[in-house]
Amino acid sequence: MHLMYFTEQPMSAYDANEGLRYGATALTFSNKHFDPVAGSRLYNEYLEQYVYAEDVGIDGIMLNEHHNAPFCMQAKANIFASVLAGATKRVKIVMLGNPLPLAENPIRLAEELAMIDMISKGRLVSGFVRGGGQEQLATGVNPAYNRERFEEAHDLIVKTWTVPGPFRWEGTHYQHRVVNPWALPLQKPYPRVWIPGVISKETIIWAAKQRYPYIALNTSIPQTKQIWKLYDETAAAVGYKSGPENRGYLARIHVAETEDKAIENAKQFMWMQGEFTGLAHPVWANPSGYFSPSGRRSFVEFAVGRAKNPRGNPTFEEQRADGMIICGTPQQVLRPIRHLLEETRPGIMAVWGNDGNVSHRDSMTCIRLLGQEVFPQVREWAKELGLNSPFEAEAPVSIAYAKDLKQSTIAAE
Amino acid sequence: MTAWVELAIEIAGTKVHMTRGGKGPPVLVLHRDIGMPASSLFHDELAKSADVIVPHHPGWGDSQRAEWMRSVRDLAVMHRGLLAELKIQEAVLVGLGFGGWIAAEMATMAPADVAKLVLVGPMGVKPSQGDIFDQAIVSYIDYARAGFHDPKAFEKIYDAEPSTDQLEAWDIAREMCFRIAWKPYMYSQTLPHLLRTVKVPTLLVWGDKDRIVPLSAGDRYLAALPKAKLEVIKDCGHCVDLEQPRRLAELITPFMAG
Repeated sequence: MHLMYFTEQPMSAYDANEGLRYGATALTFSNKHFDPVAGSRLYNEYLEQYVYAEDVGIDGIMLNEHHNAPFCMQAKANIFASVLAGATKRVKIVMLGNPLPLAENPIRLAEELAMIDMISKGRLVSGFVRGGGQEQLATGVNPAYNRERFEEAHDLIVKTWTVPGPFRWEGTHYQHRVVNPWALPLQKPYPRVWIPGVISKETIIWAAKQRYPYIALNTSIPQTKQIWKLYDETAAAVGYKSGPENRGYLARIHVAETEDKAIENAKQFMWMQGEFTGLAHPVWANPSGYFSPSGRRSFVEFAVGRAKNPRGNPTFEEQRADGMIICGTPQQVLRPIRHLLEETRPGIMAVWGNDGNVSHRDSMTCIRLLGQEVFPQVREWAKELGLNSPFEAEAPVSIAYAKDLKQSTIAAE
Repeated sequence: MTAWVELAIEIAGTKVHMTRGGKGPPVLVLHRDIGMPASSLFHDELAKSADVIVPHHPGWGDSQRAEWMRSVRDLAVMHRGLLAELKIQEAVLVGLGFGGWIAAEMATMAPADVAKLVLVGPMGVKPSQGDIFDQAIVSYIDYARAGFHDPKAFEKIYDAEPSTDQLEAWDIAREMCFRIAWKPYMYSQTLPHLLRTVKVPTLLVWGDKDRIVPLSAGDRYLAALPKAKLEVIKDCGHCVDLEQPRRLAELITPFMAG
């Protein structure tokens, strides 16, 4: 079991009333409400929390990035990854991940990631994402070619890491005449790639074909089981048997010394009115062409306010009751975690511990309790349940390096 | 009423559907970014004195999408191909909004074989003041509504609550706009220069309450096109053909005959 700590790095020091007044807290919500003095303090607190996570025995730090919104302060995950590469000694630096379509030059990403891998002495896990719809609009990248750009940028980066340069890349979305960066990853054949997501079928199938672990981002247990079913079927079709080493799960778990304190702080998971990515217009999250055409009809109804949000708007109490938010003392959170492990059988688990206005001090307490009191038991259970991480299972980095394929396989696309 | 005929022909491997009606000199009408409504009084008015051809742009309405298409200039070449397939030597081009951009591009490609050019609130040129309305950040209905000065005129055509089929069509239309006109959004940086080669008489028409394409873009068109005049219609939004169809036809018909 690989156990990671995650926070969205909330930009909590803004006036929430301003967001409510404006009616949105993303994309066009003015950055005049961003306070760089508070920003500087928060960045340094988050850094201190990450270093502490290593001190208390957590295996990995999960990083992500978002743009134009207070729910996440990381505009470039590679910056924090670089800082952590120097500031930590043992933890895996798990990017979940770099939004590939936003890159106009994927070679630069390949270089940055190679540098992070070398500076960290081989501790990089280089996850990739498509980036949400709002990220495309915030960065001016065409949402209609999002998936094409994702796949092409991935192929280009992997080739850059594994095939000696110089070579040419004459693709559909990327053209590079001299690919030959003098920075290559320390890990061979290349750093592990994990793919986070919510439910997009195309991404699950793509990840399974590559044999990249898929990290389900706080999906419900039934949804998560559907994801694994699709992943397992795809894996079988391309000739391997998938297991816990192919599965990751992100859970929202806040731990405190007392139950009351834990509940009070866990309510901060709802700080963006329960919307992870802030209050936003549906067409920002799903600009035309970004979404799978199979979902078009139901989406357009939602976008004009005729259908309910397919994700629903569950209250804090409802989410707590069905295990979507777990909180309590270390003893109290263990039972629902055991349930999660048994039901979803992940080999990788990320704990989203703190959000919103949880104080630095309480965040540090949560991290300490996770590392010293919760995770040791989770590791024991993982052993008992056979939940091995990709590292423990010595899983191949991708299908191209597998030696156990069962039949003549369809080449990974 | 005009008898409209539906037909489809293949252009560059892509099936393009169109409606055709009326008698007289050929007029190619190029629809706007939100597509073509089921019926149009403006088309009927034009067809009283012209052979009116209204294609669905590839990727819009019934026409097939050309996955490879990357620019509005590509779209203009497709429509030139369509005229060639129909064996039309010389046509009047009437471009509505986004279609105006296509018509302007077509005129720059072969300035000699366009009979006349009519551009109604055309996109394609960066306004000197203000910006072309960004549809990406509003809902389909809000964008379509923004094309009208009079909300009742919108509702007459699309209904106060447009159908799910219509919403889907708008989403597909929006995706096509992103595919071929994402950046710069809805204009070309080279078109204003190339327009100087277009010597055909050009009628520019703008609604004075156009919220989609600022009238300042009209001034840039006027400055670039050697033989252009600009008519501004009072109390009218961007979709002049839908909001004041008779008024627009009254302007165009004598211009075509003149």
